[in-house]
Amino acid sequence: MTTAVGAETARKPATMAQALGRALRDAMAADPSVHVLGEDVGTLGGVFRITDGLAEEFGEDRCTDTPLAEAGILGTAVGMAMYGLRPVVEMQFDAFAYPSFEQLISHVSRMRNRTRGAMPMPITVRVPYGGGIGGVEHHSDSSEIYYMATPGLQVVAPATVADAYGLLRAAIASDDPVIFLEPKRLYWSKADWSADAPEQVPPIGRAVVRGPGSGGRRSATLISYGPSVPVCLEAAEAARAEGWDLEVVDLRSLVPFDDETVCASVRRTGRAVVVHESTGFGGPGGEIAARVTERCFHHLEAPVLRVAGFDIPYPPPMLERHHLPGVDRVLDAVARLQWESEWTEGSAV
Amino acid sequence: MTVLEQPGAYRPTPPPGWQPRVDAAPLLPDAEPYRLLGTAAAAGISPDLLTRLHRELVRGRRYNTQATALTRQGRLAVYPSSTGQEACQVAAGLVLEDRDWLFPSYRDTLAAVVRGLDPVDALTLLRGDWHSGYDPHTHRVAPLCTPLATQLPHAVGLAHAARLKGDDVVALALVGDGGTSEGDFHEALNFAAVWHAPVVFLVQNNGFAISVPLAKQTAAPSLAHKAVGYGMPGRLVDGNDAAAVHEVLAEAVRRARGGGGPTLVEAVTYRIEAHTNADDATRYRPDSEVEAWRAHDPIALLEEAMRDRQLLDDEGVRAARESAERLAADLRTRMHQDPVLDPMALFEHVYADRTSQLREQAAQLRAELDAEAADAGEGE
Ligand SMILES: Cc1ncc(C[n+]2csc(CCOP(=O)(O)OP(=O)(O)O)c2C)c(N)n1
Repeated sequence: MTTAVGAETARKPATMAQALGRALRDAMAADPSVHVLGEDVGTLGGVFRITDGLAEEFGEDRCTDTPLAEAGILGTAVGMAMYGLRPVVEMQFDAFAYPSFEQLISHVSRMRNRTRGAMPMPITVRVPYGGGIGGVEHHSDSSEIYYMATPGLQVVAPATVADAYGLLRAAIASDDPVIFLEPKRLYWSKADWSADAPEQVPPIGRAVVRGPGSGGRRSATLISYGPSVPVCLEAAEAARAEGWDLEVVDLRSLVPFDDETVCASVRRTGRAVVVHESTGFGGPGGEIAARVTERCFHHLEAPVLRVAGFDIPYPPPMLERHHLPGVDRVLDAVARLQWESEWTEGSAV
Repeated sequence: MTVLEQPGAYRPTPPPGWQPRVDAAPLLPDAEPYRLLGTAAAAGISPDLLTRLHRELVRGRRYNTQATALTRQGRLAVYPSSTGQEACQVAAGLVLEDRDWLFPSYRDTLAAVVRGLDPVDALTLLRGDWHSGYDPHTHRVAPLCTPLATQLPHAVGLAHAARLKGDDVVALALVGDGGTSEGDFHEALNFAAVWHAPVVFLVQNNGFAISVPLAKQTAAPSLAHKAVGYGMPGRLVDGNDAAAVHEVLAEAVRRARGGGGPTLVEAVTYRIEAHTNADDATRYRPDSEVEAWRAHDPIALLEEAMRDRQLLDDEGVRAARESAERLAADLRTRMHQDPVLDPMALFEHVYADRTSQLREQAAQLRAELDAEAADAGEGE
């Protein structure tokens, strides 16, 4: 894939931001049809520095500072894809992608379908998303449900440094459009990680069980993705002390959805909580809970619960901690699962 | 030689009898930005206006430096400084009548303060305690707008509505050079021109959209030139010449109020500080460029012109500075007090009537807060 990585860079602490940058670089080196475009992606290297150095290495034609116009950026990416390029588009922040929705929903998502497969759209749209970084209004939205509700788009959200690299490579390689949601508050999270491990590239659409439980009597599955995965892992750790055996499923991909991994886990544990930052009403959790219920009804000891952000516009930074689902809210839900099961057992006598 | 004069350039043949709908020439901006200070015409500016401009410029500079200092002390989440652009901000804040409306972007706190907003309330968005710290009706200032150019169609709609109601209200909408690339800019200007709406668009061309220089933003001869394509006049003005900006805006406001339709004004200025305190400007521009613009400082330009006319002396400068220090001290004191926030406010004003779901969620948060308080009490 690349020769630039020496042994000295193998398996040392890297941030998610670095892994994403590396994925872009490697993809551009591997395939001359990969082009990066967006606001400030060139000289500045992006406001989060994900594209740092790309313009220098590959030239401004491959990593292009565009005029400030999201509809224009995505619309021209459509034309570039029509002519055989693989555009990787950067939206500067979640809420600034909205001007591009016309292109996304009317064209990007359905070009393959309307042309009966003749015109694929191998476009990756990178969207720094979610809260927890103290951003002012319009800098913390979780917009995944809008993307999920649009057939034709794949929607991906990594939670680990390795997945950030692997999933971005997979997204760029995909012949279908991918909305690549980058959890802003995990940009600076670190892990021992090697860019020389392409076998770690997970295919889009596979969930993974992190910290598998043993499926004992007090067990449950926490289903999550992106920025909420570390919250769930922490909650699982805390719940262990209370005798709970929690299994965390990291979805990694919302569309396609990995029913198999999720349902296997829920059947094992008998209980499930879906955790995400975006609003609960009409949010991703509703879809996930319904799918789990449809497929695992006879295995469930309690209703599938949702822990989500409140159904309010994303709050100002000084109040966001009250909005974002944290460990305590997850543990409260887990406690309710137990109550439900005791009630069920009691009433059965 | 224009493109059309080039040999072989595509030139459609107009159909017989075709005439341009309007004469484009009067809509075109001058080649050079309009300057007033230091010219003979400056003698005609009222001393009172110059004094007000000067006082607000000096206070505005101090407001900018104080707000920037507050970001370093962690008192403001972020501040997009308008240092160097104060002439645009002050002129925009002073040029309107009370009944008119101002539509600012995130960088235009100073214009809002000059218009009368409480300096602390103007910073609420940027401090992070709420999304907007004031009732837009009080001073007829729309909420500071973060998504680029989206406030422009609002300004058009409001001005249109006022005219439909028979009110002689004008809307002044501010946007940056980068924002002119957004689709909303185009749609707003087109609506304004077609509806003949009483709107003035002020583009503060400060050279950069974060890191992207104007040359990568547009291939137009100037941003003011864009006006002609919509059928409205475009005006180019030296954005560091407060008197010139004020005069050009005042003329546009007069035209709008008198039924003459919209105007696009481009003020050529410079962003002396980084985009915000979170930005590193050394990555995309040399210090020498910044220094060159410092030599064209809006305060210095005005002070020189006023001293020439004996409208300003050391005493006048000192008085303006004292007023600015009082503003800064007040800002410091009040911004150093932690805002008192009630998390339950999260559920207020989402809808006029709270939904049952929001009532449920409010009860959940109430319980969490009570439990938190009880834990804290036990800990003592
Ligand atoms: C729709 C949208 N896209 C992107 C952004 C992110 N952003 C904030 S400010 C900025 C640059 C704006 O430049 P300009 O319009 O020239 O105004 P200036 O900040 O220079 O005053 C960008 C890209 C945004 N706020 N809104």
